[in-house]
Amino acid sequence: MIDAVWGWPPPVLDPAGPYADSVTLLAWVLFGLGVFVSGVVVVALWIAVKGSPGLRAKLGGEHAVWIGGIAFPAVVLVALLVWGLLLTASLTRPISGEEMRVRVTGEMWWFRVAYLDPAGNTEMLDANEIHIPVGHPVVLELESADVIHNFWVPNLSGKMDMIPGRTNLLRIQADRPGQFGGVCAEYCGGPHALMGFVVIAHEPEAWNQWVAARRARLQAASSPPAGAAARGRALFMDEGCAGCHRVAGTQANGLAGPDLTHVGSRATLGAGILPNHRGTMMGWIGDSQSIKPGNRMPRYDMLSAEEIEAIAIWLETQR
Amino acid sequence: MTVLAALAACKPPPQSRHIGDQSTMARGKQVIAQAGCGACHEIPGVAWPRGKLGPSLMNYDDIGFIAGSRPASIATLATFVRDPRSVRPDSTMPAMPISEADARAVATYLYGQDDD
Repeated sequence: MIDAVWGWPPPVLDPAGPYADSVTLLAWVLFGLGVFVSGVVVVALWIAVKGSPGLRAKLGGEHAVWIGGIAFPAVVLVALLVWGLLLTASLTRPISGEEMRVRVTGEMWWFRVAYLDPAGNTEMLDANEIHIPVGHPVVLELESADVIHNFWVPNLSGKMDMIPGRTNLLRIQADRPGQFGGVCAEYCGGPHALMGFVVIAHEPEAWNQWVAARRARLQAASSPPAGAAARGRALFMDEGCAGCHRVAGTQANGLAGPDLTHVGSRATLGAGILPNHRGTMMGWIGDSQSIKPGNRMPRYDMLSAEEIEAIAIWLETQR
Repeated sequence: MTVLAALAACKPPPQSRHIGDQSTMARGKQVIAQAGCGACHEIPGVAWPRGKLGPSLMNYDDIGFIAGSRPASIATLATFVRDPRSVRPDSTMPAMPISEADARAVATYLYGQDDD
């Protein structure tokens, strides 16, 4: 049952879509060329030290310099440059209007996610989890709220910096359903290594259901919870959680931390680093600092275990 | 020479730990990592996370009682991990979403640690 975080850490040589395919192919070609050139160098060294006088004369001759030292590198490097530039252009080409748009904002140390409508308005908010349909390109608008981060989901595309004051575009596409882990790939201070996310790709039918469920959740009047969940909700509002976290349909409207409207349905906690179940949720609420040292959520170990569990129970119902 | 002979005659100390087979131990460690037990507990052999909300499980092989109430055994610990309140009704630990076999592997791993 615990399969939440797998996809993480992400495999880097297992492309699951066209944009990752092209990057992986280039990587293998670079690797192959590297091996080839290393081999040539070793052979040349061998000739230089142990070769017959004839071979050594050829190696030191003008021909060898022109071919091996000038023509070969010039042709190969120019070809690789052109290939690399075209590849980058294909990963970052602008929105044509057909694609799904998602704005992902790097924060210290998590990813803010906003699903955009075709006009660019925010439709739904989430954090650390991006849901996409299988077989469709998705254009990500990558931004940063503080320092330079880097968005990398190796199964689905190349890396792209998230730079304050700038929007970088990156395309991702998954050709099979699954859960694909991603990481922040640029050191951004503190618990940078614990800043991850997951991309979840759905088959078309499951995708439609997912969208419908999200829309229904946002339109339904939030019904008052009962029992422990009611107590958890009251604690969430009273203990300061609502100051940093937003939960749609309640008065919790904080924007400093991740949006928790759908936290109960998320695969991971703490930005891609832990599976999401009641145990890890309680551990996170009570003492997130021992899990992700330096993150911006304070310890809540002054709450009793019952209080922490009540909050966790209420959050589980936010799906 | 006499000393050596005397030493050789000594019996080894009684085995105080449950030693599970290697694959069960490895599975237990993997389940602990995947379930995120470290979010609340400090666990031998698990570098991260080392949560402080629940009791430390270091030196667990020397602990005589599970949750301070039931005699230590793999079966009881496995039951406790899956549903703590069936063993100790006032436990603050929530039920873990893992299979019975995985819970036994976790218990085997915890009792198999010699970290004195």
